[in-house]
Amino acid sequence: MPKVIFVHSNATTTTIEAATGLTVMEAARDNNVPGIKAECGGECSCSTCHCYVDAPWAARLPPKRADEASLVEFAWEPKDTSRLACQIRLTDALDGLVLHIPERQL
Amino acid sequence: MKPLLPPKRRSRRSALRETFVIVGAGQAGTQAAQTLREHGFEGRVLLLGDEAQAPYQRPPLSKAFLANGMSVDRLYLRPQSFYEANDIHLQMHSPVDRIERNAGRVVLSDGTRIGYDRLLLATGSRPRVLDIAGARGTGVHYLRTLQDSLSLRSKLAPGQRVAVVGGGYIGLEVAATAAIAGAIVTVLEAEDRIMSRVTSAVVSDFFTAVHHRHGVAIECNARVVGFHGGERLEAIVCDQRTLKADIAVVGIGAQPSIELASAAGLPCDNGIAVDEYCRTADPNIFAAGDCSNHYNALLKRRIRLESVQNAVDQATVAALNMLGDECRYVEVPWFWSNQYEHKIQTAGSFSGFDHIEERGNRDDGRFALLYRKQGALLAVDAVNMPGEYMSVRKQLKEPHLTRPDGIASHASAIQKQAA
Repeated sequence: MPKVIFVHSNATTTTIEAATGLTVMEAARDNNVPGIKAECGGECSCSTCHCYVDAPWAARLPPKRADEASLVEFAWEPKDTSRLACQIRLTDALDGLVLHIPERQL
Repeated sequence: MKPLLPPKRRSRRSALRETFVIVGAGQAGTQAAQTLREHGFEGRVLLLGDEAQAPYQRPPLSKAFLANGMSVDRLYLRPQSFYEANDIHLQMHSPVDRIERNAGRVVLSDGTRIGYDRLLLATGSRPRVLDIAGARGTGVHYLRTLQDSLSLRSKLAPGQRVAVVGGGYIGLEVAATAAIAGAIVTVLEAEDRIMSRVTSAVVSDFFTAVHHRHGVAIECNARVVGFHGGERLEAIVCDQRTLKADIAVVGIGAQPSIELASAAGLPCDNGIAVDEYCRTADPNIFAAGDCSNHYNALLKRRIRLESVQNAVDQATVAALNMLGDECRYVEVPWFWSNQYEHKIQTAGSFSGFDHIEERGNRDDGRFALLYRKQGALLAVDAVNMPGEYMSVRKQLKEPHLTRPDGIASHASAIQKQAA
């Protein structure tokens, strides 16, 4: 099971393991990771599962679809590394993925 | 596992002996329980639900879950460990029979009495039932619960004739799911266009065409007067004609579950009446989500909403106020629906508009409609244009950014973000 490391805005981290096939948002929810609200439940509709991908990982993720790209622009303080956790599906290749959770969602 | 956040020191928050009871373990009830803990409440939290399953998401029940593309496990709002880690006493199978306000307690249908210091009513809503003979018979489905969705899902198959009564969001999502599953689908709409309650004719026309392209028949001005059949549904009777059908799905709106509140003497008018602070007429009783009717300062009127957004946001505010805060619930309503490859996202309330500004291109299946009244922005419907939707949603929340000139306001929204 791939590991995902969440870095909170206060610099503490939460490390979880989750089954491949789940989205990072679902993995975070199922492991009670705070700061990922995911109001729409993973429909790419609300941008409240926004996170920043740690720089070395950014290029290793599949690219954003158009709807994610335009939605994430309106998340709270978007950056080049911004992604929506509901649109990242866990694979073995993502073992060790590091994501920074923003101070707030929207 | 640690609780969500370290408790903040406030008098009521550390009131160890207090019991907060939440009636209704849906999206609103679950959110309220979480918020109480996140904000340091150390007393007892009881979350009472009348269904069998732990709290789950309802939106997929007419979409991905109904299409058999999603397991039950993925439907749950929170894992079981969440309730344990946060000391939330989740009690399913626990319908509440009545509230005894004088004694400050609720009585479950099995007679169990539970005292409360604060009570949150998050009782939700349930489908309106057609008021005609056979409306609860075999083969006539409604969609609200996981069981409802499972029951319908087990019958959807290629070649089945599905009659959807009601061309609102739920009905049209079911129609799309059934059509993709290979069923022969007809939507019977009582008004002269689908989605007439929730959007403008432009969007209705667009989605009518979309459904037609997928082989779904839409009959407007159709009044359903009866169902034919014995063991199995055979036909659905309209005032104009009789339509053969194996399955009927009725989606004609929902009614708020107000019985507990009403029987306890709390004022109700299309929902349990609450103020901007989510308070009912009883200072110890709050209400949030589908069951409540609140004054919305952005819309400048009372409104009852049936949406995830309202359940989550209103329950958050209700929980904070149960802790003694004085937070106003002032949010822009938003909602989404998926039908085939089209996602419609809507924010605000379009009623009363006098002008529509259109962006994008309908022919490409990507467009957004901005509804205005005397220049002021009221609402947006965006089809496959999430960026436009989010941009307008932000403007609605911050009305000072709203300009009749949409481009300028878009730019200022972005500048504000970058600042």
